[in-house]
Amino acid sequence: MSDPIKVALIGNPNTGKTSVFNQLTGLNQKVGNYPGITVEKKTGSSTLSGGQKAKIIDLPGTYSLNTTSLDESVAVEILLNRKNVDFPDVVLVIAEVENLKRNLLLYTQIKDLKIPTLLVINMSDRMEKEGIHIDIPALETSLQTKIVLVSTRKKEGVDELKQAISNYASLSLEPVLDASRIDPPYFERLKTTFPKEDLYKLWLVITQDVNFTPLDKQPLGEELESFKTLSKQRLKQLQHKETALRYQFINGALSEGYTVNRQEATTFQARLDRILTHRIGGYVIFFAILLLIFQTIFDWSSVPMDAIDALFAQLADGTKELLPAGVFTDLLAEGIIAGIGGVVIFIPQIAFLFFFIAVLEETGYMSRVVFLMDKLMRPFGLSGKSVVPLISGTACAIPAVMATRTIESWKERLITILVVPFTTCSARLPVYLIITALVIPEGRFFGLSYQGLTLMGLYLLGFGGALTAAWILHKLLKIRSKSLFVIEMPRYRKPLWSNVFYTVLEKTKSFVFGAGKIILAISVVLWFLGSNGISEEFKNAESLVDTRIEQEGLTPYSRNYIQENMNRYAAQRHLDLKQFQSGQLAAADLDSITQFRQLLADNARLQEIASYRLEHSFIGWAGKAIEPVVQPLGYDWKIGIAVITSFAAREVFVGTLATIYSVGSEEEETIKQRMGAELNKKGEPLFNLASGVSLLLFYAFAMQCMSTLAIVKRETNGWKWPMLQLGFMSVIAYLTALIAYQLLQ
Amino acid sequence: MAKTIAQLKQGESGIIKAFIGEELPVKLMEMGCLPGSAVELVQIAPLNDPLYITVDGTHMAIRRVTAAEIELEQNPQA
Repeated sequence: MSDPIKVALIGNPNTGKTSVFNQLTGLNQKVGNYPGITVEKKTGSSTLSGGQKAKIIDLPGTYSLNTTSLDESVAVEILLNRKNVDFPDVVLVIAEVENLKRNLLLYTQIKDLKIPTLLVINMSDRMEKEGIHIDIPALETSLQTKIVLVSTRKKEGVDELKQAISNYASLSLEPVLDASRIDPPYFERLKTTFPKEDLYKLWLVITQDVNFTPLDKQPLGEELESFKTLSKQRLKQLQHKETALRYQFINGALSEGYTVNRQEATTFQARLDRILTHRIGGYVIFFAILLLIFQTIFDWSSVPMDAIDALFAQLADGTKELLPAGVFTDLLAEGIIAGIGGVVIFIPQIAFLFFFIAVLEETGYMSRVVFLMDKLMRPFGLSGKSVVPLISGTACAIPAVMATRTIESWKERLITILVVPFTTCSARLPVYLIITALVIPEGRFFGLSYQGLTLMGLYLLGFGGALTAAWILHKLLKIRSKSLFVIEMPRYRKPLWSNVFYTVLEKTKSFVFGAGKIILAISVVLWFLGSNGISEEFKNAESLVDTRIEQEGLTPYSRNYIQENMNRYAAQRHLDLKQFQSGQLAAADLDSITQFRQLLADNARLQEIASYRLEHSFIGWAGKAIEPVVQPLGYDWKIGIAVITSFAAREVFVGTLATIYSVGSEEEETIKQRMGAELNKKGEPLFNLASGVSLLLFYAFAMQCMSTLAIVKRETNGWKWPMLQLGFMSVIAYLTALIAYQLLQ
Repeated sequence: MAKTIAQLKQGESGIIKAFIGEELPVKLMEMGCLPGSAVELVQIAPLNDPLYITVDGTHMAIRRVTAAEIELEQNPQA
């Protein structure tokens, strides 16, 4: 078997490149990162005719090889470097039938790199409808390549495409444009200095960072560096000239082989645009869509979330019953299973959110939102393109930070990155839900529950926080950055459901494996720190607690626990506890109830030992150490620990409290009951309105997500911005929580 | 004072003559915004900015500051 053919897909945004990729590879695809950067790398494999394998790589979408963003520079770097492992045997330029002219610009650039290049024209099913005619043989001659017509919507042309890939060796390598026409004297000098090199390639290397500086730019070598003597200004002008020259060529090539009558499709788009971007109607529709999305996310995901919750609680219990008791079983049940459950529970929400975002992107509506919101966002130092990250942020800040790449202006992009973590991500939800349920009364206000309103308020607070922080950063940051903004308004289309499906699958997977690893690791570390200690108290916990119980009796909490269970037991059996106390019960009943009471007392003793042990374990020691810091916010040392551990990831909060309160399972009701019964030093409930609101505010503003910090570090190329972000968010969180608690208590 | 895209009214067209600014994004040209191309102002965003234009069949939105750097032919006989 021969080696697989390496195929690279490249094309303008909105050409259906991803659909072509999906149809060539099906489910045989893999998403990873390019080494050292966060640009997503999608690869897949495809079987061509005769069993020949092809390795397909989906390069980031780009309008040309003149890079303006990190994603684009990845594509260019692969195509320029023949030693790159991903350097393709053949490039497929995906063009779209309606905007063929513009798509051909990229084609001519790649063709001039002397890599075998196939032109794939997608959406051929629309040709007739739109009055487009292409003379394929004529165009093949002038473009010097093979052209394949495909329709990913109708699944046509894929076999022909595979056939053409197999025959890639027969493609012409002739360039279409003589690069030296860009600036003859300059290219003449290049040629004398580098007689062996390809001039167009050199040109691309020289101009790569005119618009954008890649993160790890390899030095050009001294000789080539000397060719950068032309000012950036001049190089830019030359890029403009190159573009104009290429368009000249394209116009010539298309003048004979391509006719188009745009009338009909354009009228439809214009009509729809008049409604969707209307002065008032446009905003109303947008907010209605947003509302609908949030509503459905909550409604639809609550069922699977409850099911997942119950499943993992059972799984943990089952493990404990099935396996012999011991350290390993505890680690499995309390550390690992609980940890995995904490990740899996977010899948429904994340999947639904990405479903909606994918649909909005696919239909072309997202660009209209950007158009509508741009002016509104600018006073805050943001761009219309910041809206998409801010909406994505309600699922998870990590993809949201990556989604800022489309923002041209560095200042606007940086501010967006810095404020995205304020939006209420799904990791905050478990914390919000449990605290709201504990401290907000159950009543209703005009049919809306107080708890629901609180939750909505927290979402608004998140957006408000993001905008306020953006405004302040906008005023403070002195970054000179030109207000660039160009966005294509693609044609409206019915979403291609298979694309939506692949997007949801891919984003969910990357969340589970990305965030999942961290949450899992923390759960295990926590479990270890909570079940080990070196102090004398920790080692002799059992005897110390027993002595105390003998001298002072059980704690109020334990007595309460026994009393409640006794009441329930008695009620179930229709017994009167007073009769029990005075010994007037029938012998059998007396016997069973005495036994039950003994069982409860044993349980209470074990719980007290466990919590005493925890108090003197490593983690308890840490909690006590920070208690003075969190006390003004209304928290005790246990909450303090949860706050610390959730600096890794917010959702760890609930799990940590579960571990600390030694409730075996993560089932919410039991944790809630346990938290509700917890008393502070004054003997009042620990979770009251003041401390609850303080906690909610703390979680709304604090930057508690290591993964986000790591992504921000990569996207901003250093620790400066993520550290600043961590700093100002923590300060805001601490201050608002402090003020709220002090005012409310 | 040269006429630019920023001065078009909704529904008006023109022919691109030249770029005034020096830092015009190359992306605009890549999307087909070239001297000689016909441009139509399709829609103005609710707050008067950005502008939604069509150039040679491609629909795109640009900000008013950018539009003010794209000069049009004086005779709007498009």
